[in-house]
Amino acid sequence: MKGSAFNRWFGAGWMTMGFVFLYLPILALVVFSFNDSPVPNLWRGFTLKWYSALAADDEMISAFMLSMKVAFFTACASLVLGTLAAFALVKYSRFSGRTLFSGMVNAPLVMPEVIVGLSLLLMLVSVQRALGFPERGSLTIWMGHLLLGMAYATVVIQARLKELNPQLEEAAMDLGARPWQVFTLVTLPMISQSLMSAWLLTFTLSLDDVVLSAFLSGPGSTTLPLVIFSRARLGLNPTVNAVATMIVVVVAIGVVLASYFIARAERNRTLEIAQANRA
Amino acid sequence: MKAWLSGLINGRSAVIGIPYVWLLVFFLFPFLIVMKISVSEMDGVVFKDLVSVTDDAISLTLKFSNYIFITQDDLYFTTYLSSIKYAAVTTALCLILGYPFAYFMARAKPTVQPALLMLVMLPFWTSFLLRVYAWKGLLSENGWVYDAITGIGLDQWLAAGGLISSPGQLMNSPFSLVLGMTYTYLPFMILPLYSNLSKMDLRLLEAATDLGATPFVAFWTITVPLSKAGIIAGSMLVLIPCVGEFVIPELLGGPQTLMIGRVLWDEFFSNNDWPMASTVAVVMVLLILVPLAIFNKYQAEANEVRQ
Repeated sequence: MKGSAFNRWFGAGWMTMGFVFLYLPILALVVFSFNDSPVPNLWRGFTLKWYSALAADDEMISAFMLSMKVAFFTACASLVLGTLAAFALVKYSRFSGRTLFSGMVNAPLVMPEVIVGLSLLLMLVSVQRALGFPERGSLTIWMGHLLLGMAYATVVIQARLKELNPQLEEAAMDLGARPWQVFTLVTLPMISQSLMSAWLLTFTLSLDDVVLSAFLSGPGSTTLPLVIFSRARLGLNPTVNAVATMIVVVVAIGVVLASYFIARAERNRTLEIAQANRA
Repeated sequence: MKAWLSGLINGRSAVIGIPYVWLLVFFLFPFLIVMKISVSEMDGVVFKDLVSVTDDAISLTLKFSNYIFITQDDLYFTTYLSSIKYAAVTTALCLILGYPFAYFMARAKPTVQPALLMLVMLPFWTSFLLRVYAWKGLLSENGWVYDAITGIGLDQWLAAGGLISSPGQLMNSPFSLVLGMTYTYLPFMILPLYSNLSKMDLRLLEAATDLGATPFVAFWTITVPLSKAGIIAGSMLVLIPCVGEFVIPELLGGPQTLMIGRVLWDEFFSNNDWPMASTVAVVMVLLILVPLAIFNKYQAEANEVRQ
């Protein structure tokens, strides 16, 4: 069915408006990071002074380093737990407590973060009272982020795992591969793209989280979003725009590069399969 | 064969067991502690244990006064109600904006669809906190959106509708709060709708047209019912986190917009009243329990492996 001309124009218009809505704030962040004006959202001329102010901002820099560290370990651990959980849900359709398990995997996706943060903190306080550890700090922030990251990683990996053809794994097993070999030689290469997107997604989630970090951080462990949030609460602040611009640029380059490589790998794989079929 | 089998069984229990135990310890167990603390008594700055041994007698003290207080105090009731109201309005707006968006995206040329999908995902990858902060600049005086809205006189209408306190005052209002939440959660609505709509069998629409249905009738009686799962998944992805949202009301909502996430935050961080914060959290979970169950059901069905 061909859409009518009205439909096409209406669709194009609606989507353009939608994209303007989605991208306008990002554009404004970038533009006003170069704004030489005492009024933060009134354009007066070009400057780089907010960037040089940023380079001298020790609070921001140390918070950034901590956030990168927490995000890196969150992404790696989320990948491990997410892969296990996705495997459990896709490969084993029957085990006791499966409903509870899938419920617990999915709930952190939507559960308001104030509830997750409060409950994790109260548990850690109780544990600390009984055992004397862990102190609140980067370790406890990591635990909270991991809970969220694991849920997102599971969704991404699960979506890929369930489209895989199980016959490939069965064939490898018939040819004498051990379960571990099947996993590393057959399954892992086929889900590697989803692992990459899951890693990037959980990394950015952790780098962005305010609420869990606020509950779980201790004195001396302030993450970047906590610094940004405390400044943004007070009002408009051009150094925040400068940080934002740098994050936007890095993320945009990272995501575009990653999706380019993912698309290329996918093309090569289909090409190989086509060649193998012809041979 | 025997070694392979035992390897498989061990592998199976590890694959299921490790994430299971992790979730029990870090998700379910902490929530049970919150329930416990919500009925505990504070002893100075620490909460008392529920079970105590005094004079060789074990006594169990449960304090339900927080729950009684929450049901009797008007402020909490009003705040819960207005949180649900703002979340529901946001969900409706996301659906109204997102459904046509996802629909036209799914009907675009297959070659451009990956690029469109990427464009929807990109803002989602860049910091949500910073994008919410950006609206603060856009809606304050001199901001681009502020100038556009006051320029066409829309602020008069918003003020007349009670969405902002007075014309020319866009920030710290129900308007800025709902705008910020709609903006933030729109991709969460578009993505499940798109994945649902792009899988639809278009021959059904052809059949309907052949049988004499107008495009509108075909859309309303075929496309919409078939995308029910996407509508429900998207709506729950928006509604549930919005009820307990904290960052957006704190940055854009101002003191007048009552949201329960902020009440919980203040009870915990400002008043240091841990039992009260726990009670607020437990009641919030009770409120979102039904949407949560619906979400889990649809999520589980969507993830079912086609046998």
